[in-house]
Amino acid sequence: MTDRKAIISVNNLVKHYGEFKAVQGLSFEVYENEIFGLLGPNGAGKTTTLEIIETLRDKTSGEVLVDGLNVDSDANAIKQIIGVQLQAAGYYPNLNLVELLELFAGLYGVNVTPMEMLAKVNLQDKAKAKYKELSGGQKQRFSIATTLINSPKIVFLDEPTTGLDPQARRNLWDLISEIRNNGTTVVITTHYMDEAEQLCDRVAFVEAGKIIALDTPDQLIDNLIASGFERNKEVKAANLEDVFINLTGKEWRE
Amino acid sequence: MEDRKSNSPLGAGGYNHTKATLALAKASFRSITRSPSAVIFTLAFPLIFIVVFGFIGGGGMKLDVAIAPGSDLQNPVIAALEKTGILRLTKNDTQENIEKSLEKGAYDAVINIEKNPNGLPAYFTNVKYTSASLTNGNVLKSVLNDLAHQLNTVNQKPTVTEIRATTITGRLHRTIDFILPGQLGFSLLSTGVFGTAFIFFALRQNLVIKRFFATPVRRSSIVLGEAIARIGFALLGALFIIIIGHFAFNFTLINGFVTVLNMIVLATLGIIVFMGFGFVVSGLAKSESTIPPISNIITLPQFLLSGTFFSINAFPAWLQPISRALPLTYLNDAMRKVAFEGANLWDVKQQILIMVVWGIGIYAVAVKTFKWE
Repeated sequence: MTDRKAIISVNNLVKHYGEFKAVQGLSFEVYENEIFGLLGPNGAGKTTTLEIIETLRDKTSGEVLVDGLNVDSDANAIKQIIGVQLQAAGYYPNLNLVELLELFAGLYGVNVTPMEMLAKVNLQDKAKAKYKELSGGQKQRFSIATTLINSPKIVFLDEPTTGLDPQARRNLWDLISEIRNNGTTVVITTHYMDEAEQLCDRVAFVEAGKIIALDTPDQLIDNLIASGFERNKEVKAANLEDVFINLTGKEWRE
Repeated sequence: MEDRKSNSPLGAGGYNHTKATLALAKASFRSITRSPSAVIFTLAFPLIFIVVFGFIGGGGMKLDVAIAPGSDLQNPVIAALEKTGILRLTKNDTQENIEKSLEKGAYDAVINIEKNPNGLPAYFTNVKYTSASLTNGNVLKSVLNDLAHQLNTVNQKPTVTEIRATTITGRLHRTIDFILPGQLGFSLLSTGVFGTAFIFFALRQNLVIKRFFATPVRRSSIVLGEAIARIGFALLGALFIIIIGHFAFNFTLINGFVTVLNMIVLATLGIIVFMGFGFVVSGLAKSESTIPPISNIITLPQFLLSGTFFSINAFPAWLQPISRALPLTYLNDAMRKVAFEGANLWDVKQQILIMVVWGIGIYAVAVKTFKWE
């Protein structure tokens, strides 16, 4: 894990909304080809940080470089090499999935075959469906498909698994791992620690606009145990979610 | 679809803004054609009104005219009036009843024809109009002028110019010629205001625009793409209305294709101005449910006061200045002049100028009020 090349460097990032200090001097690096998790409670500044890197929001101060490009001066060049999935974003009304992908291809200035994009997220049979007719998991997979249109170097996923059932969540983990395995860097936010533990190569804990810990999930857990931490309850070899998956099957529900 | 595999992004210089704009226009156009409200406001409502008015009296209106008791009935004037097919003549009503009905506007006029004991002209036609039915009175006036002219020029060679003048006045009485341009204006107004307001509000509210901003697309491309689609849809709607009106209800297109072309130019100007109102509404609206009331404040007065159904001359004097301040009034006015007076665009430059002034004003407001996020 050492000597890896940083594809995103955030240096002393500050963002104020009037009096409110959403981000207070954040610094971290995201390495090429990893899944990087930004973890923390609501309002900690995760989404703000993400949107500044995505060039959707101005920062108050600090420096952000994305693949060597500065967010201040090269916003348009950055947009061309990243894919962005927003929390709770909708899509153009009255269009089916194929038409939406055609629209995004035009917006990115690339040529794609919509059915191939849908195949990447296993939604071929929903080609003629409207976005709002999809289930929660399908919506998230479609959103991810739109982030892949421009063959980005980095994709940003803001709480992609919130509100999904365990099967849909696991299905999405597989998809996200696959994207990483194909050479794309993934930056993800989540509230689910089991998800971060399974999925992320490294995680940063954000609290009140500051990073309070950053390492691999394994190392962070080891550190805690080394400090003398013990769980109140004896840990069993399986948890309730394992029971759920075992009882209801791994297959993807629509 | 073309079979192209490469989907690597182009370099910063290679990004094609035209392609992005057209992709947005295509998406927006598809979306509009599938939006029930757009289709209803742009096509269904105007067509329903046109069909209703088109069928009333088979393409013309009916005027209720009483023949005064004691009037001469066996004369060529009455015969000619009956032949027009526009007048419903009532010959056996009492004087008292006629007076009352005139006051209520149940009769548009009363006619009394006297034989001239002194020779020529053979008959005097005395007409009494009622202020209760001014518009129909005006129509009757032109019918009578038309008729008098025809009767008086029997066996005479009329000068070409006089006949023309009469012919054009005579066209006024076909309802479709009045109703269709008004409905066209209404269609453009509702598409422009409601459609634009709803879509930009929805795109902003559902973070669709925010997602667009994560792509290299320019803001101007978003507005332009949307405008291309909406203008295109509105003009196709206008063309459809004109064609239905012309072939099904004899809507007059004096210079044929050239007239249609002129009308389309006017329609384009109209929709652009009305879209300006839509941008303002989308910026002012705090929630989706406030869009219809705000839009109605803009569209309803114009719908009623801009001569969509009635000539603004029929309105009371104090109301007319308001009518003459509204942009739709000038669009309707220009459309009618172009369609059945055969005016060209230069002839309606005053109307065009006023619409352009409205356009500049409303876009100045739109720039201040429009919100992207």
